[in-house]
Amino acid sequence: MDMPLIEFREVSKLYPMGDEIVVAANHISMQIHRGEFVAIVGQSGSGKSTCMNIIGCLDVPSEGSYLLDGRDVGQLGRNQLADIRNRMLGFIFQQYNLLPKLNLLENVMVPLLYAGVPLRERKERALAALDSVGLRAKAKHRPNQLSGGQQQRVSIARALVGQPSVILADEPTGALDSKTGREVLKILQDLNAQGNTVVLITHDNSIAATAKRIVRLEDGCVVYDGPATDPNAFVRGGMAAGQVEGGDGT
Amino acid sequence: MMLLEAFKMAFANIRASKMRSFLTMLGIIIGVAAVIVIVGLGNGMSIYITSQFEEMGTNLLSVEIIGRGSRSLDEKDMYQIVQDDPAHFSLVSPSVTMNSPVKIGSEFSTRTGVNGVNESYSKIRGWSLDQGRWFSYVEVLRRGKVCVVGSYLAQEYFGGMAIGQTIRIGGNPFTVVGVLAEQSDSTEGSGDDVIYVPSSTAARLSGMGRFSSYTITIPDVDNATASKEALEDALYQVFHDEDAYMVMSMAEMLDAMNEMLGVQIAILALIAGISLLVGGIGIMNIMLVSVSERTREIGIRKALGAKERYIMSQFVVEAATTSAVGGLLGILLGELLSSVATFIVTTVMQEDFTVAPAVGSILLAAGISIGIGVLFGYLPARKAAQLNPIDALRYE
Repeated sequence: MDMPLIEFREVSKLYPMGDEIVVAANHISMQIHRGEFVAIVGQSGSGKSTCMNIIGCLDVPSEGSYLLDGRDVGQLGRNQLADIRNRMLGFIFQQYNLLPKLNLLENVMVPLLYAGVPLRERKERALAALDSVGLRAKAKHRPNQLSGGQQQRVSIARALVGQPSVILADEPTGALDSKTGREVLKILQDLNAQGNTVVLITHDNSIAATAKRIVRLEDGCVVYDGPATDPNAFVRGGMAAGQVEGGDGT
Repeated sequence: MMLLEAFKMAFANIRASKMRSFLTMLGIIIGVAAVIVIVGLGNGMSIYITSQFEEMGTNLLSVEIIGRGSRSLDEKDMYQIVQDDPAHFSLVSPSVTMNSPVKIGSEFSTRTGVNGVNESYSKIRGWSLDQGRWFSYVEVLRRGKVCVVGSYLAQEYFGGMAIGQTIRIGGNPFTVVGVLAEQSDSTEGSGDDVIYVPSSTAARLSGMGRFSSYTITIPDVDNATASKEALEDALYQVFHDEDAYMVMSMAEMLDAMNEMLGVQIAILALIAGISLLVGGIGIMNIMLVSVSERTREIGIRKALGAKERYIMSQFVVEAATTSAVGGLLGILLGELLSSVATFIVTTVMQEDFTVAPAVGSILLAAGISIGIGVLFGYLPARKAAQLNPIDALRYE
């Protein structure tokens, strides 16, 4: 159990933008183990979206290596990445990203379809997942008949249904009011309590505080990596700032 | 399983935007319908022409002797040629048209055709007689003034009691010995408004020395060309000049007509087929639009683990389904138009004519329309499959 589930080894990501090359991630190293609840925090441009894309196998590092469950993802082809996304990752997006033409049940069934699960089992498992977020009764509704909070719960059900190794939530409360946002965060905490590994990407400290561990990014570099209980986690400049200002954070 | 899902999704998408799907299909619908109607029309024309030719006798060779210099061919020579080659020829009759006025009782029948032929002619044409008999060899030999009349004359002038009556042709009285069964529709100027007299009599009355036209039957319709060539060879032996005679084979002419018709129909079908191509481009266009519109959907599906081939098959299946449904509607429309065209032609032109869509052309049209869907769906599908999931997810 010592092998980390997620391991970044000196991961860099460079994007060409016009004539310049933008460094979105600069030699990031970190490890996330099974059962952790980690929030990756940073302002826009800090590289947190790049991290999320790499963790989510939507993108591969330019330099360094990303090991998911001990496997170097950078060496894999597009179809193998698709397979890993399907089996190991559950995505929760800010905009829910449900398919509008499908009903809730069909939406939740999509990952299982790509996994090659037979129809009957797909239905049973999708209904169970909808049940776990309290929306089984609305299985035949379309996403646009639901409130934002309900839609996000459907997308959580969809993320869970394939029993992934990592649940990756990208600003899951960004489109929700604070009350429903708290409900969604509560679900994430419950999922973590049940043993799921949860990675939360956000720019909002108060949301990041839900997690047990904070990884703070600035300008493509990790500036803090430690428990959420440390006030330095929420300070601009992270550990470096903490050392200078002596923990006088917000 | 994936394919089944792709079909379900394709039908759902077609149903979701009916108007757009219909307009997308329209090119295919029109193309398929046009191909079916045109090929059907060609089929119908071919059937019609064949039946017309068969009425004239596909087992016949017509010979025109033009002659050259002192070389000549008289009736006996022609009989000899036919007799000497039973493998290629069966019966022969000279044929001469008389322009003498026909007077029945006190009336002139101006449109009646008078033809001089021999005793074999009714067998050559396969005609049967309603009453009486065809004139005999002896009557031909003796230049007998007897005649066989068509059903129109028998009905119109003799009230059906023509046998033994007299018709004056160029002032000469001819006795009616037979009445032909109805050939066409018993109207004036038709194939039933005719008189046949012995060829020898006709030649004498017209002051004609030699016959220039002959009709010959052949034993085997499928070997019409061989018989025609045999006759040409025999005539060449006489004249040593290919321009001195002309042999026409009805069967060969029918083949030539059908071949020509086939080429014409093929060209027309090809032109109609262009609209299939245009329809295919229409499908490609709308699929490209659809890929753009569904960029986000594609991104979501990819994030959830859809492999490229799945995205690809989803769009190809959708394009193929759209064009296959279009093809099906086109077949129905084509069948409908064929029936309407048949109805119009039969009622307006009073001809027994059927626009007969061929099963082959229907299958071909269906196959082509599905093929077009796959072909023109491929490019947009590949574009969709190769979208970067990150960009696709961010797409608004």
